[in-house]
Amino acid sequence: MQNPYLPYPVRIDDITIETEDKNLKTFRFVFLNPEDENKFDYQAGQFAELSVTGKGEIPIGIASSPTEKGFVMFTVNKVGLVSSHLHAMQAGDIMGIRGPLGNWYPWEQLEGKNVVIIGGGFAFTTLRSSIIYMLDPANRSRFKDIHVIYGARSPGMLLYWDELSQWEKRDDINMHITVDGTDDPNWKYNTGFVPTITEQKAPPADKDTYAIICGPPIMIKFTQPVLDKLGYSHDKIIMSLENRMKCGIGMCGRCNIGEQFVCKDGPVFTLEQLNQTPKEY
Amino acid sequence: MKIVKIDKKTWAAGIEKLTASYRLFGPVKEGDFHNFKELGSGEAPDLDCLNTRLSAKAIIYPQSENMFEYSLDESREDHHILKEVDTDYSPRAVIGIRPCDAKAFELVGLNFDTSEYKDPYWIKAREATTLIGLACSSPGSNCFCTTAGCGPFHEDGLDALVVDTGDHFLAKILTEKGEQLFAAAGWKQEAKAAGKQIEALKQEAEAKIASSVNTDNLSALDTTQLYNASFWEDVSFSCINCGTCTFVCPTCWCFDIQDETHGNSGVRMRNWDSCMYPLFTLHGTGHNPRGTKLHRVRQRFMHKLKYYVDKYDAGIQCVGCGRCVRSCPVNIDIRRVCELMNSFDSEKDTCAA
Repeated sequence: MQNPYLPYPVRIDDITIETEDKNLKTFRFVFLNPEDENKFDYQAGQFAELSVTGKGEIPIGIASSPTEKGFVMFTVNKVGLVSSHLHAMQAGDIMGIRGPLGNWYPWEQLEGKNVVIIGGGFAFTTLRSSIIYMLDPANRSRFKDIHVIYGARSPGMLLYWDELSQWEKRDDINMHITVDGTDDPNWKYNTGFVPTITEQKAPPADKDTYAIICGPPIMIKFTQPVLDKLGYSHDKIIMSLENRMKCGIGMCGRCNIGEQFVCKDGPVFTLEQLNQTPKEY
Repeated sequence: MKIVKIDKKTWAAGIEKLTASYRLFGPVKEGDFHNFKELGSGEAPDLDCLNTRLSAKAIIYPQSENMFEYSLDESREDHHILKEVDTDYSPRAVIGIRPCDAKAFELVGLNFDTSEYKDPYWIKAREATTLIGLACSSPGSNCFCTTAGCGPFHEDGLDALVVDTGDHFLAKILTEKGEQLFAAAGWKQEAKAAGKQIEALKQEAEAKIASSVNTDNLSALDTTQLYNASFWEDVSFSCINCGTCTFVCPTCWCFDIQDETHGNSGVRMRNWDSCMYPLFTLHGTGHNPRGTKLHRVRQRFMHKLKYYVDKYDAGIQCVGCGRCVRSCPVNIDIRRVCELMNSFDSEKDTCAA
């Protein structure tokens, strides 16, 4: 019997500080047993439990894309016991990864559709995975227009800056980067909260347009009415939830919203589905 | 299905024989209460026990259980890599488990043994265990098993059901595992005609169950309307979130996972947890989706009486053992809550949004 609680052993290959407050770091992991990489067969939107031996596990969205081979990547905010310990670890250290877990963005359904990605703050990790996945030469033709609205408090708080600037230069993706505010006179992108920029830049709703939203509760709260105003129907608004988790496989009982487990039945739900469940997230 | 007659004089000798091939567990009196214990040599299960204070769930699903072990000693090649622990899954048998506790394992199995994921700890322990039930001829005053999908002579989950007729025992052998245990104990005197006698005792016992729940409307109710019902304020008002209901419950399965390190080595373990505790759902940001006791009390009852009902279409997640009713320090009664839920009418609910 395969033990679903046993993590794959991994080595930290590289650590990047992502934000000016140094509270977000991206960890690149390499599997100690190369065959485990094939078993860790994931899709953009899934998460995994990062296992810091002796401290515990944390559920984190996978920031690398299935099209990127040889490593997996996670961006972690320093918050509690495990993430603080992880932030103090060094390249070369050994730990574990358990997954992939949960469902993913509905890529088959999104085929042939316009995709509007709306992200805020550090909830941009599985969205990065999704963008890299869609922009892959083997995949780009499967999707129509791609819009990305991504905001953070300040320019220094935006994740994956080098990639964002690369995407800005491409003509097969419409980038709308924004910050809440900045005193940088050379800032050449948008200034304003994500809901405002969404209202200005998001394409109008039609039957072939889906929005994927990931961000802090406050951003979601104010973006949803904007999408309503733009005419997006709730079955075309796709969201990824977070809840406290332990097992990641629907057994330990804490992350449920109604009869659904965020870890196993989610984390990806449409707004239409969420309208039918208790708002316990 | 075979019926075996056991002379009470040969009971103790049979139990003693079983110790050669099984680890035995049974109800034993400790202070004012009975609980399940591993039986030492010469120790017999106390069959006069109405029911134990804690359920039998810990025999298969321990309150604390090691999952993995690890070393942090970097001079070792396998440092920081989790390894499975050695756990004793040799055959074990529970003698004198009540039908409600046995049925509870069937309910809990729906959580731990799924088509997608298998919990190896629970499944291996369940497979290693033979359950010899003791039918309830005199059920307790809080027992409501007959309307909770169970009953005093219920057989689901059991390998054999023992009935005390007064001067001897009659046992229905229900499974291959039960067959093997009876062979090992040397109880083999068949009583082919005793079926009618057991049936009569069963009906007599069922008639003694004085307490009941109505569950017929639960699946048809709208989840969000029920969730927003005004009675939750009243139901949860006296709750002190002590978690007793979840610990005594045979069908509560929630757990936590923790690493415990001593020096350079340690274990990843799991422990029973409870939806009554704020920490159960607390986010790293400080946000808590079930931040009030109303949320938590509602979660417990909605899980048992609505989410579970909808998810598995196998009745309620309760076997009617009555433990939570007996043990709750503030007298919250699942039978009353079930009635409020089952008779809920959103149009008449004054506070419902």
